[in-house]
Amino acid sequence: MTRRRKLVGALILLAAFQSLILLAGFFAPYDFASQNRERPFAPPTALHFVDARGHFHFRPFIYDLEDAKRSGEGSSAGSGPSYPVHFFVRGAPYKIAGVFASCIHLFGVEASGRIFLMGSDAYGRDQFSRFLFGGQISMLAGLIAAILSVSIGIVVGGIAGYYGGWLDELLMRGGELFLALPWLYLLFAVRAALPLHISQWEVFLLLVSVMGLIGWTRPARLIRGVVLSAKQRNFVAAARGFGASDAYLLRRHVLPQTYGVLLTQLTLLIPQYVLAEVTLTFLGLGVGEPMPSWGALLSSLQQYYVLSSYWWMFLPALFLLPLFLAFYTAADALQELHKRVAL
Amino acid sequence: MGKLYSWAECAALAAVFALGVSPALAQTGQAGEERMTVEAGAIGHAGGRLVVALRSEPKTLNPVLAVDEPSRDVIRCLTADLIHINRGSLKTEPSLAKSWSVSADGKQYILQLRRGLRFSDGEPFNADDVIFSFQVYLDEKIDSPQRDLLVVGGKPITVVKVDAYTVRFELAQPYAAAERLFDGVAILPRHLLENTYRGGGFSQAWNLSVPPNQFAGLGPFRLKEYIPGQRVVLERNPYYWKADHAGNELPYLNEVILLFVPSEDAQVIRFQSGDTDVLSRFSAENFAVLQKQQSVKGYHLDDLGSGLEYNFLFFNLNDLGPKGLPDIAKKQAWFQDARFRRAVSAAIDRDGIVRLVYAGRATPLWDQVTPGNKLWIDENIPHPARSLERARQLLESAGFSWTSAGSLVDAHGTSVEFSILTSSSNAQRTKMATIIQDDLKQLGMTVQVVPLEFHAMVDRLQNSYDYEAAIMGLVSGDADPTSEMNVWLSSGETHLWHPNQDKPATPWESDMDQLMQQQLVTLDYAKRKHLYDRVQEIVAENLPVICLVSPDILVGAANRVGNFRPAILVPYALWNIEQLYVQ
Repeated sequence: MTRRRKLVGALILLAAFQSLILLAGFFAPYDFASQNRERPFAPPTALHFVDARGHFHFRPFIYDLEDAKRSGEGSSAGSGPSYPVHFFVRGAPYKIAGVFASCIHLFGVEASGRIFLMGSDAYGRDQFSRFLFGGQISMLAGLIAAILSVSIGIVVGGIAGYYGGWLDELLMRGGELFLALPWLYLLFAVRAALPLHISQWEVFLLLVSVMGLIGWTRPARLIRGVVLSAKQRNFVAAARGFGASDAYLLRRHVLPQTYGVLLTQLTLLIPQYVLAEVTLTFLGLGVGEPMPSWGALLSSLQQYYVLSSYWWMFLPALFLLPLFLAFYTAADALQELHKRVAL
Repeated sequence: MGKLYSWAECAALAAVFALGVSPALAQTGQAGEERMTVEAGAIGHAGGRLVVALRSEPKTLNPVLAVDEPSRDVIRCLTADLIHINRGSLKTEPSLAKSWSVSADGKQYILQLRRGLRFSDGEPFNADDVIFSFQVYLDEKIDSPQRDLLVVGGKPITVVKVDAYTVRFELAQPYAAAERLFDGVAILPRHLLENTYRGGGFSQAWNLSVPPNQFAGLGPFRLKEYIPGQRVVLERNPYYWKADHAGNELPYLNEVILLFVPSEDAQVIRFQSGDTDVLSRFSAENFAVLQKQQSVKGYHLDDLGSGLEYNFLFFNLNDLGPKGLPDIAKKQAWFQDARFRRAVSAAIDRDGIVRLVYAGRATPLWDQVTPGNKLWIDENIPHPARSLERARQLLESAGFSWTSAGSLVDAHGTSVEFSILTSSSNAQRTKMATIIQDDLKQLGMTVQVVPLEFHAMVDRLQNSYDYEAAIMGLVSGDADPTSEMNVWLSSGETHLWHPNQDKPATPWESDMDQLMQQQLVTLDYAKRKHLYDRVQEIVAENLPVICLVSPDILVGAANRVGNFRPAILVPYALWNIEQLYVQ
């Protein structure tokens, strides 16, 4: 039963993450694009419960360190103006799932102060808000593209492995050809053929289709291997002897053997695709400023000055870790569960 | 690409118009060698090695064909020119030519060469080498990137040998910055290259696989070893022709090692750890990182202030009739209105760019001449502070209005939306675009930032004209306006907003053409300055390019490197490498 508990835990974590991302507008205190040019690379704002005189407050409050720095009062906590954190406040307007408009945010402080739970970036934009909004494109695009890759992989790998012969040759050599294509230049050509400005939806479709279509060969090869060995198993031969059709054999006996490979491929591809988006953005095919994406948040870490001076830029990466771990755990548990059912 | 850079890489510098140039003290060394004495700098001691990182592997060691900066950095150490621009003083100084005179009409230059000099392989140098070199540079089949500069008034410079140590250069028209043309034109050894050239194999000569004994130059160092993918090692040229003011032979260093370190961050880390001795071309953010450990790590950093790079936003003002880009052509009605461009300029937070993009290590700009270019800057150009109020008034006067939701619409009710192209490999320019995007949002404009891979972007700017606005930067190779001819002439290839025009499209471009042509043939500095001031005024008023900022030149060197005197001209740090020594 612990495996089942693991699965439930992972699924709850995933669901929590997904709803945070879906309701980003509500949970994020600010609009992802709003710049605070006086506060580039501000460290995370600390939440306080005890004030300078030692009184305890149930409502957390923050100190505006930047403001204190500007007026020359030093930057230690306890100086500068303090702002209590309010809940269900009115702020920047947003839309949930592109449909429901609202301007109520879960928390916030008075407009003259700023609350940056994960610090701010080079333009003084709230990292926490950007992290949540960034997931909307990155998570979904990564997930759908990975599913697309794996589905093409099942079809191609399944057919190639099961039927073998010239069909196998054709599909696998075709896959190799696909791998050998100079993708970089093809993507340049794709970019040149597209209009200069690509809308958000088009970006999303592009990300999904480019990543999904480029990445199918590896799962296809793995699945072909599994299918190849599965079809020679005795129970498959027996079923065939009883007159089972190819479609029935594939569905009932052969493809179920590939679930393990499928799930591991899926869990490996999703984080890979989140990062692949950075490359596509470099080629002008990805998410452009000021839209945030996880790939962009992570890629800023590749710069030495960020790495060495602003530790809070690591926070998005830190929060992604449990997410990807949850994916992996879920896949792992599902695979185990499936095995048990199959036996 | 080469075209975009060719003007910027070469070129000559601010004007020194004394007709009788006083030659630096010539001193005769052994065997009648007319050595040059370098007056500036401390007396160093001989020996030691310097390690420097190059951003990438050089493409060639052939001075005639080199375009990329790493190749040129290596070649600069190996070769010498006839007249040189001293990076410290920004003035011309004698180099292989010990003196020169100019005819009264400004069309003839007679150069006296130093006698008794030898190439780094020991072979003597004389006028035949100069004649041969210019023959190669001017050969159309070789297509040297430097050739354009040696074509004056539509005709190539004629080079005539007067005697073994005198050469006459004839120009088709007077040319204000003629002396500066010689800077960077490396003299080739005829004895090594003539046969290859006559045999038609020059384009392959002196590539990276050249054996060191087949390579010779007149520079302070000579080629010792080339290890592909790793480093090039240079050794002291024993035949070098400069000496310090105590009479010691230069260069001081025994060896220079140029490592290939492919990224800026990797270069910064290697400099920080003491692997390399000199660092240039790095960002303000990395400057701040290095600064923290300055005192404990045994290096020092210099902020030289604004260099010659200017970054700007510009709109597509090309004639799109034949290109068939109706959507962009429609938007050009806005772009072509100077009031629209002024409104955009007024709304841009240049101080914000300086602070957020360059961590304060840059200077805001309102025209193309940077404060670093002290000889040519027009101090009277106004520097209006950012004002959204003024921007709104300008837009209103140009027939724009705002909807109830606050978005800007033109007289036909079309909402103002456009995209800004930037190069995705240049983080700074993408950042500038993101800031401008936010600035213009406050005027009700919807701006998209479109970062593209550099070559894809240049293709749109120069060939397809399929763009609306773009952010670019240019780095003059020289402070003299002559190096900017290609940018400001309406027929120029780097006249970015509307290149290669048959005849100027607007009255102010026509004025600019005249002023630029005039300054080119005017010999008097004050008069030239007046003409170029007028060009700057036209730019500031009509804003074909909306200038944004000029980044500071940042350099660093290990404390043990003596005579380190960085300059705002390329190469920022190693221009006086013959004088550098290690303590």
